Amino acid sequence: MSKLIKPAIGLFGLLSVLTGIAYPLAVTGIARWVFPEQATGSLILADGHALGSALIGQPFNDPKYFWGRPSATSPFPYNAAASSGSNLGPLNPALLEAVGARVETIRRSDPSEARPIPANSIPVDLVTASGSGLDPHISPAGAEYQVNRVATARGLDAERVRKVVANHTEDRQFGILGEPRVNVLRLNLALDARR
Amino acid sequence: MSYLTQMLGLTVQNFLSAATGMAIVVALIRGFVRRSADGIGNFWVDMTRSTLYILLPLSLILAVLLASQGVVQTFDAYKTVPLLEPVTYEQPKLDAEGKPLTDTSGNPLTETLTAKEQVIAVGPAASQIAIKQLGTNGGGFFNVNSAHPLENATPFSNFLEMLAIVLIPAALCYTFGKMVGDTRQGWAILAAMTILFIGLLLPAEYSEWKGNPAFASLEVDQTASEAQAGGNMEGKEARFGIVSSALWATVTTAASNGSVNSMHDSFTPLGGLVPMWLMQLGEVVYGGVGSGLYGMLVFAIIAVFVAGPMIGRTPEYLGKKIEAFEMTMAGIAILITPLLVLVGTALAVSLTAGKATIFNPGAHGFSEVLYAFSSASNNNGSAFAGLGANNPFYNTALGIIMFLGRYWIAVPVLAIAGSLAAKKLVPSGLGTLPTHTPLFVVLLIGTVLMVGALNFIPALALGPVVEHLMMIGAR
Repeated sequence: MSKLIKPAIGLFGLLSVLTGIAYPLAVTGIARWVFPEQATGSLILADGHALGSALIGQPFNDPKYFWGRPSATSPFPYNAAASSGSNLGPLNPALLEAVGARVETIRRSDPSEARPIPANSIPVDLVTASGSGLDPHISPAGAEYQVNRVATARGLDAERVRKVVANHTEDRQFGILGEPRVNVLRLNLALDARR
Repeated sequence: MSYLTQMLGLTVQNFLSAATGMAIVVALIRGFVRRSADGIGNFWVDMTRSTLYILLPLSLILAVLLASQGVVQTFDAYKTVPLLEPVTYEQPKLDAEGKPLTDTSGNPLTETLTAKEQVIAVGPAASQIAIKQLGTNGGGFFNVNSAHPLENATPFSNFLEMLAIVLIPAALCYTFGKMVGDTRQGWAILAAMTILFIGLLLPAEYSEWKGNPAFASLEVDQTASEAQAGGNMEGKEARFGIVSSALWATVTTAASNGSVNSMHDSFTPLGGLVPMWLMQLGEVVYGGVGSGLYGMLVFAIIAVFVAGPMIGRTPEYLGKKIEAFEMTMAGIAILITPLLVLVGTALAVSLTAGKATIFNPGAHGFSEVLYAFSSASNNNGSAFAGLGANNPFYNTALGIIMFLGRYWIAVPVLAIAGSLAAKKLVPSGLGTLPTHTPLFVVLLIGTVLMVGALNFIPALALGPVVEHLMMIGAR
């Protein structure tokens, strides 16, 4: 029996050191050396201070900012220490209630509410919670929908705001992977820097 | 968990479980290859080679590529950054012992707080993600797995992580062909897997792309266009949209990976049925590293056994006669998990403890339980995460089922391997059913689907099918 157990323990010890310590240390070393910013959270730095992470969204309610995806993290939205989706099923009354309330909020915030709004015009990503609760992006349609509100709140020309949005719109990666998207935090930081 | 626990506890297990899967599958293949032999190889040699020559180099390359995309790999403490716009929120007031306080009439007291900062969880994620994907182990460094932007930062990292899931299981089909001396045998198995995969991917994509008809009355635009992904975006990330999310859900459940990049609990009923059924088929569509192929080879044994009587011959596979002992073991291997899933689900929905932590109401709640048991017994690990599974009932039930599902399949599979290795090679003749032809591919697919359908259609009808009918009926 000990003939079977001995190599098992010896091999387990050896492979543990190799895969559990040497391997992650090697990856950390290489990443720190070659991709120091990406490997440490993609922080947006200004004068040595972090303004946020380009990959972690932030909550916005002010009409002068673009708003990101609704977030289901607790106790507050975009809690980056506790990622979470809503896990609401498609027919759950709580989901329909939440989406209805978000539609209401986003429509009331729109200064053009007085003008007739075409039916079914609110981009779905603006009223549905993201998977992580930390989604840094919205769709270009979601940004376009908010241009009017942001421009009015900032007293800017809508075309100028639209230009900033266009500058922060990423296409599909390599033209094929994923979806076109707008980084909300970067966009809002750019708008603030304009003034 | 501390970084050291994650590394020593989880990363090591991620390597070893994948290496074990590979060791078992090559043992089974040697059973086909060796003649009148009394051994099927040395486990320690196979495991060490799998780790050193395959898993470790691939993981190293993948981890560095992931880090280049923004997947974190650091031993730094959590990062604290300011919020551009502070957010106020309410939370229940707690007393000194952490119990919620109530006012005189029994209503819970809340306090209003303002968050001015965001604490961002980081850690040595890339190295662990690389091996958990390559080893089809699943789970994640962060709670929401690869939906988390620091675990899956870009569409390219998403592509790499998906590719890593199916890479080794698919490649092992070629290994199989090489080892038995006829690569066409490997291609036939791979073809059967791929046809099943595509056949199930399409309905999942379509269902998610169509979106949620319940939103129709809410002014919501779910139409896909150049400017938005559209579709059922609840629980999905903007950078992945519908296509990459439904594709991931199909890949992660076809292989026994189980990490997610979107919340399966929020999928449309048919979009959720596909991942559930892929697990219930026994994780043989690519499947886990090693376990997928040996599961599929068991189905191949059953397929030749079913076809054998039709052509009036004793069934044989790769020159080895399939007899009563192999069939008994194959039968046990394919029936263990359905038994565990169905009995477990039935038990959970009959007991108060099992029903107490269901999150979504109605048929979807039943789907949550069915999904949990399908995932645990087939070694997947993904979840309809609304179900509160972190309690004594589910921890015990799912733990037992995970143990039985994973290890008790390896036993009959190794029994088949040993029995086949001891047999003589039968030269193929006119009555031999060739197992590298399109006909055999169809036969194999039919066997997998038949077993999966007979076992699970009644249960699926109670969950996703009912929910789907309610959804289209509510329009």
